[in-house]
Amino acid sequence: MKFVVAVKQVPDTAEVRIDHERGTLIRDGVPSILNPFDTYALEEALKWRDKLGGTVTVVTMGPPQAEAILTEAVSMGADEGILLTDRAFAGSDTWATSHTIAEAVRKMTGVDAVFCGKQAIDGDTAQTGPGIAASLDWPQVTFVGRVREMTDRSMVCERYVETGVQVLRVALPAVITVLKDANVPRIPSLRGKMRARTFKPVAWGAEDLGLTPYETGLEGSPTKVVTTATPEARTGGSIHTGTPEELASIMADLLLGREDAR
Amino acid sequence: MDYMLSEDLMAIRDICAEIAAKHIRPVRAQLDEENRFPREIMGVLAQSDLFTIYIPEAYGGTGMGSLALCVATEELSRACGGIAVSYAANALGAMPILLFGTEEQKLKFLPPLASGEKLCAFALTESEAGSDAAGIKTRAVRDGDHYVLNGTKQWITNGGEAQIYTVIAMTDPTRGARGATAFIVEEGTPGFSYGKKEDKMGIRASSTRELVFEDCRIPAENLISREGMGFMVAMKTLDNSRPGVAAQAIGIAQGALDEALVYASGRRQFGQRIDSFQGIQFMLADMATSIEAARALTYSVARMIDSGKGRFEKESAMAKVFASDVAMKVTTDAVQILGGYGYMKEYPVEKMMRDAKITQIYEGTNQIQRSVIASALIRETAAGAR
Repeated sequence: MKFVVAVKQVPDTAEVRIDHERGTLIRDGVPSILNPFDTYALEEALKWRDKLGGTVTVVTMGPPQAEAILTEAVSMGADEGILLTDRAFAGSDTWATSHTIAEAVRKMTGVDAVFCGKQAIDGDTAQTGPGIAASLDWPQVTFVGRVREMTDRSMVCERYVETGVQVLRVALPAVITVLKDANVPRIPSLRGKMRARTFKPVAWGAEDLGLTPYETGLEGSPTKVVTTATPEARTGGSIHTGTPEELASIMADLLLGREDAR
Repeated sequence: MDYMLSEDLMAIRDICAEIAAKHIRPVRAQLDEENRFPREIMGVLAQSDLFTIYIPEAYGGTGMGSLALCVATEELSRACGGIAVSYAANALGAMPILLFGTEEQKLKFLPPLASGEKLCAFALTESEAGSDAAGIKTRAVRDGDHYVLNGTKQWITNGGEAQIYTVIAMTDPTRGARGATAFIVEEGTPGFSYGKKEDKMGIRASSTRELVFEDCRIPAENLISREGMGFMVAMKTLDNSRPGVAAQAIGIAQGALDEALVYASGRRQFGQRIDSFQGIQFMLADMATSIEAARALTYSVARMIDSGKGRFEKESAMAKVFASDVAMKVTTDAVQILGGYGYMKEYPVEKMMRDAKITQIYEGTNQIQRSVIASALIRETAAGAR
């Protein structure tokens, strides 16, 4: 089997502070880490590779220093790493990012499945995984809490949704986004760390992927961030006591906006 | 102190530290309480290749050697001495095969140990044969192309959990220690069963159990070295494994010092942090100094072993005796610094004190170690080597 895991380097949000004046994250001096949700996607891919044979390739789009997370993935057992890095990719929104990663998957050829974390802890959009599937025109299963079984033709996933668990069989190739429930990510192995020491990722730019400026980077991104703001803190609710009749009357007043009357 | 560890050794330490943080610290108190063997954690150690480090590459290992094993054992012991010994006892069990096994034995038994698919244990001690190995009662009688084993081994670390056992039995009781022979016994061999599981003071996550042999027939090709070499096999095995016990002791002591430092910085009495009192400061300073001295000695001995040059039973005994005495003193002082809290099970230092005690006792009591050291000194002097 040929598995791809799409990963992202993110600032360690445990260390991030917020610039309240500008409503942005203060990223200076904050350590970068492998997006925690991606570690579950990676573990799931490694687990099935260990069971069925094949390879796991990790791919990330980012600046050259994003190589660090590919190295970390190799120390956990990934076989190969691809770094999508190019000035032309800068400013990509989730659409452009998905499209760029999808092109890389296409270029790899023969990929059976792409595993993504359910979302990244910096943007929290949960759009890139589905975007990759859409761009490849492959089926997708999001919020997978468990992969029950897999063959070279299909896999059976448990999709955890608010109303319960959906059990879905999906034809391969497909894209899934993985939840924390799926597994406990392995700790890097000694052999993995030894291999990671000499590991160099394959680097692909816009030209390697045949992407025009209209498909990637700032220009290829339909999303425009106009402004960012911190939502107002919610105030606590109110607690009322009384007989059911009194409470019903209070509730009615509140619902009708007649709070002043009280 | 910087011991100029190689990148591989630092990788081993980092891996063990991560396993300790994620898999050991959260469960150590519970495993201790329940006297329960950490099977899942053995699986995690295996997946991280930690069972490969004492096995040569030719047999599925990474062949990192004695210092690597010390680094791993120390870092795991820093979190839990019981889990760490469950790991390190595999190296002890495999040592007779590593040192004296035939190529066939190595090819058959070492790869599943390197992968962690199987665990290993070393069985020397009996109820009447501890320090005096010549008192072994377990008999092995040749019968065609088999040996028939009868007897009971006691206090076997990893007993009941391991699948491969290296066992010392008497083939010729009339010759005392020179009548002992080493064998490999596999779990599931008819006539081989497990007896009493011990309820110990410390290292309670580890399994300590009796091995019972009743007309247990093992193939003659499982004999290690030659008949009559069992005592030699056992002594060389222990010479090689003692730095591991020293490393375990250092790890336990370091864990206790870590706890004492954190506690002393947070605890306030008489309006100030207790680490501002000289009485506490001097204790902390002595604890740290003695740990560093034990570590320096142990790493030096491990490097000596890895160099493959000369005899090292004296140095190996020195490391074990010194480090284990340090561990007992440091953990006792850590309990003292934590005071009443240190005596309570809510804090981990009382367990560390209980775990430390065994390092002065097993793999040769500290009194036996001193005898080993003194005999070597006297022998060297007589030979004019000093």
